[in-house]
Amino acid sequence: MRTQYDQSDIERVIDQLAEKVAGAFAPGQTLNIVGIRTRGEILAERLTQMLRRRGFTRIGRGVLDITFYRDDLSQAGPKPVVRPTQIEVDIDACPLLLVDDVVFTGRSIRAALDALMDFGRPSVIRLAVLADRGGRELPIQADFVGLALKDVPADHRINVRFREIDEKDEIVVEPRQP
Amino acid sequence: MAHKTQRWTRKHLLGLEHLSADEIRIVLDTANSFKEVSTRSVKKVPALRGHVVVNVFFEDSTRTRTSFGLAAQRLSADVIDFSEKGSSVSKGETLIDTARNIEAMGIDIIVLRHPAAGAADLLSRSVKCSVVNAGDGAHEHPTQGLLDLYTIRERFGKIEGLKVAIVGDIVNSRVARSNLWGLTKLGAEVILVGPPTLLPRSFETMGARVVHNFEEVIGEVDVINMLRVQFERIKSSQFPSVREFTHLFGLTSERMQRCKKDVFVMHPGPMNRGIEISSQIADGPHSGILTQVTNGLAVRMAALYLVSHVSS
Repeated sequence: MRTQYDQSDIERVIDQLAEKVAGAFAPGQTLNIVGIRTRGEILAERLTQMLRRRGFTRIGRGVLDITFYRDDLSQAGPKPVVRPTQIEVDIDACPLLLVDDVVFTGRSIRAALDALMDFGRPSVIRLAVLADRGGRELPIQADFVGLALKDVPADHRINVRFREIDEKDEIVVEPRQP
Repeated sequence: MAHKTQRWTRKHLLGLEHLSADEIRIVLDTANSFKEVSTRSVKKVPALRGHVVVNVFFEDSTRTRTSFGLAAQRLSADVIDFSEKGSSVSKGETLIDTARNIEAMGIDIIVLRHPAAGAADLLSRSVKCSVVNAGDGAHEHPTQGLLDLYTIRERFGKIEGLKVAIVGDIVNSRVARSNLWGLTKLGAEVILVGPPTLLPRSFETMGARVVHNFEEVIGEVDVINMLRVQFERIKSSQFPSVREFTHLFGLTSERMQRCKKDVFVMHPGPMNRGIEISSQIADGPHSGILTQVTNGLAVRMAALYLVSHVSS
């Protein structure tokens, strides 16, 4: 299994992802794109730029912090810092593209769907991810997948790094830090 | 924000004295996220679903009690109100026994207001659930201190380097103490202003400048936090007359003219209008008093959220 993807790989994968998304929505219609913090937010921004170049002019943007909706909050442990959710567009009755970097158990997506429902009622919600590593614990599937990495060992992580916050673009499959 | 690696590990929120600057920033940043929740059409998140928060108040309160109750509800917790009046406290039950019995019903967080300094600390050592101090005597009122910090930071974009005057009945004020700890930790200069009977010099050891003449500092401060004169706690010898106090320490329109143009006026409430603050100032453009109340909700949501589920 390949364990390393560099900047040019990532650009190509995101471009293909944008192509798939563009084929599924009408460019003239409103499309709201909401990224899940932190790297889903960056991926959503890059997809937005690519879709704009493909003629999508009516894109609404939002960022979701799902911490308050997680189902593992009740497990004792220190609290990570939460940042604000920013959804200033009206998400009612329009298609919405939810974006995250990696989909694994599906629990983050479940939390994100719950959070979105508190903001309104999109006509459809579709899910785009950069990488799908399988291992779902809930009946949730992505509609648009950049890379399908189904053979990642359980003790490994898929670390997605984006130059906006991590110095460089890369995807690395590596052992989980202890 | 720059605190990615910093994590909250405290099971209780008892005061600001023992919090680090980073821990205070975590609460303020978390409150920022909760402020957004209050702007949604569904003003509720499931973060404390299935939790029970009990407000245990041994003193009267409007803002703090309502604010904690609403904060808990917006986190989807169940809320119980307990007050001393009409309870078995009047039959002689002690604080600890009362709390342990309430806890035995399956409570996750006790929010305690009590007239004795140290009551919340004592309680936190006697129960297994989390304890949030909602005011203990003249000792601390941490969520008020935090909401004041939040409001100042929101207004000025920073706290470091600001000059903050806290004016009036300092010696009886838990708000003054919590503010003093928090502000100095975050790099503000705190100037305490009041008559010697209500402001002993010993406050200098807590890192504050102590001033008995309001006029001496009025032109240099960025924030004026006017405290309520706590008549219920004041002995007559400390306080010759209301008129003299207003004349020397009240924030009047006349005195406001000598302040900085963009001075920010705060008051923790309840106000004695016409005594420590005039109505024109309290309701005027410099006042952040109602903003404090609004922010208090977000700060209390953050406090309840952070202390929940932290293992001891």
